[in-house]
Amino acid sequence: MAIDAATVKKVANLARIREPDERLEALAAELNGILAWIEQLNEVDTEGVEPMTSVVDAKLPLRDDIVSEPGDPARILANAPKTERNFFIVPKVVE
Amino acid sequence: MTETKGLTLKAAIDGLRAKTFSAEELAVAHLNAIEQARPLNAFVLETPEQALAMARASDARIARGEAGALEGVPLGIKDLFCTEGVRTTAGSKILGNFKPTYESTVTANLWRDGAVMLGKLNMDEFAMGSSNETSAFGPVVNPWRNQGSNQALTPGGSSGGSATAVAAELCLGATATDAGGSIRQPAAFTGTVGVKPTYGRCSRWGVVAFASSLDQAGPIAKTVEDAAILLTSMAGHDAKDSTSLNVETPDFASFVGKSVKGLRIGVPKEYRVDGMPSEIEALWAQGCAWLKDAGCEVVEVSLPHTRFALPAYYIIAPAEASSNLARYDGMRYGLRVDGKTLDDVYKDTRSEGFGDEVKRRILIGAYVLSAGYYDAYYLKAQRVRQRIADDFKTAFESVDALLTPTAPSAAFGLGDRTSDPVAMYLNDIFTVTVNLAGLPGMSVPAGLDEKGLPLGLQLIGRPLDEGTLFSLAGALEQAADFTARPERWW
Repeated sequence: MAIDAATVKKVANLARIREPDERLEALAAELNGILAWIEQLNEVDTEGVEPMTSVVDAKLPLRDDIVSEPGDPARILANAPKTERNFFIVPKVVE
Repeated sequence: MTETKGLTLKAAIDGLRAKTFSAEELAVAHLNAIEQARPLNAFVLETPEQALAMARASDARIARGEAGALEGVPLGIKDLFCTEGVRTTAGSKILGNFKPTYESTVTANLWRDGAVMLGKLNMDEFAMGSSNETSAFGPVVNPWRNQGSNQALTPGGSSGGSATAVAAELCLGATATDAGGSIRQPAAFTGTVGVKPTYGRCSRWGVVAFASSLDQAGPIAKTVEDAAILLTSMAGHDAKDSTSLNVETPDFASFVGKSVKGLRIGVPKEYRVDGMPSEIEALWAQGCAWLKDAGCEVVEVSLPHTRFALPAYYIIAPAEASSNLARYDGMRYGLRVDGKTLDDVYKDTRSEGFGDEVKRRILIGAYVLSAGYYDAYYLKAQRVRQRIADDFKTAFESVDALLTPTAPSAAFGLGDRTSDPVAMYLNDIFTVTVNLAGLPGMSVPAGLDEKGLPLGLQLIGRPLDEGTLFSLAGALEQAADFTARPERWW
């Protein structure tokens, strides 16, 4: 399953990372190197093996669906790049 | 109290209780050592004012007879742990000047017991690296050097700052994290003790997420006993982490010095890899001999899927990372690069904020999770992961613990392995299996190679059986009598 420059461009777009066109070939080669090494996994017989979903023998705990922490806009907004009153300011998405 | 040299965390606790020195004097001595050690680049943020305030509060509690288990003990904190009001970067530019408004559970536990924070420690960006070279703050330098050489060596990664700070005696212990070897490999490279506990032993709440099913916090310390004291404080159930195990935390230090007579130790034959230096082979055999002398029985075991662990890891960890790191969108915290459209802001922020290795792993993760490849890569890897965990389960039916080398080499030169990602990944060949199976693992310094660099041995145990590992690690430590320290050049 070799990756070409067009695939890198598509995946980079999915991951919202900008990669300049001149980097795509080199990145494709790098990723192919890693993926070729990963291909070894096909040698393992996993017939009848369920994919692991939890590494420890524990059930996820349940709790009551109640608010555990009070709203505190100042704390929530403390690290925001841009705010106005109690809101995050983000770029306009609708015209 | 002017020297930090040769002082263990346990001796410091005793000295503070006996009022041989004050917590403030102890903090000042370490702050001075940190200032003189800036060429090592171990700290990304020094917090002297906070350290002194915490130390004075400790002195007051000691005077009132209210000392906690770690009262007045100065520690370094890996910059992956959120610390309230203190900049936390995860070694990345994308977090900018992020100052958490909350404290991670692990560090909160340490402060509850009276520990003192000296500062935040350098690390590979988002803990993705084995040499500390992916840090946005530049690499940490190992205090150890090859005999007669000035070449700068890596302290390992990702917890390189933690390992260097402990090895250079800039703190009495440090927090670290380990998703594939990030506590144990740097401990081995710096002659320190590193413990990755059972998955779920320490809360992950407030630890910047990399690969959530693999990440675990643990200590790096000067001695096995020191590591046991630290882990006892760090561990414990936390309702804020749904994967935190609701189990008692034993007093781990009580296991150090216990007899290991009659324990069965497994040596996995698949860990004898091609190209491993003969010195590491010899040290491993020596470790077996030491444990036999202490009354253990050593037998060969088989973990047949060992060689598939790294490829499985390099699907699972990037997949989880690409999901976890989706949160860095420039909207709520950290860096924002302004642009014309929302998409431009996302892309420019992430491209500028993330380093090359992080981007590489996000791309791999996004690829293996994308439509059409999910079954072939991600589900396949999770099936192989189950096989690897089953190998350990079978082995632990006949043995109590496993003994292996920690890393396939000693510390290497900064810059020596940056051109080939796969070669860098191979550093974690002996440690990554333990994360995939959620088991506890420990690295103990056991000897020096011919160039005078430290080498470590790794112990692997059953889930939640850190106690047995601490007993075995204590036996190895005593037999190895590892007293070498890096010659001070900084």
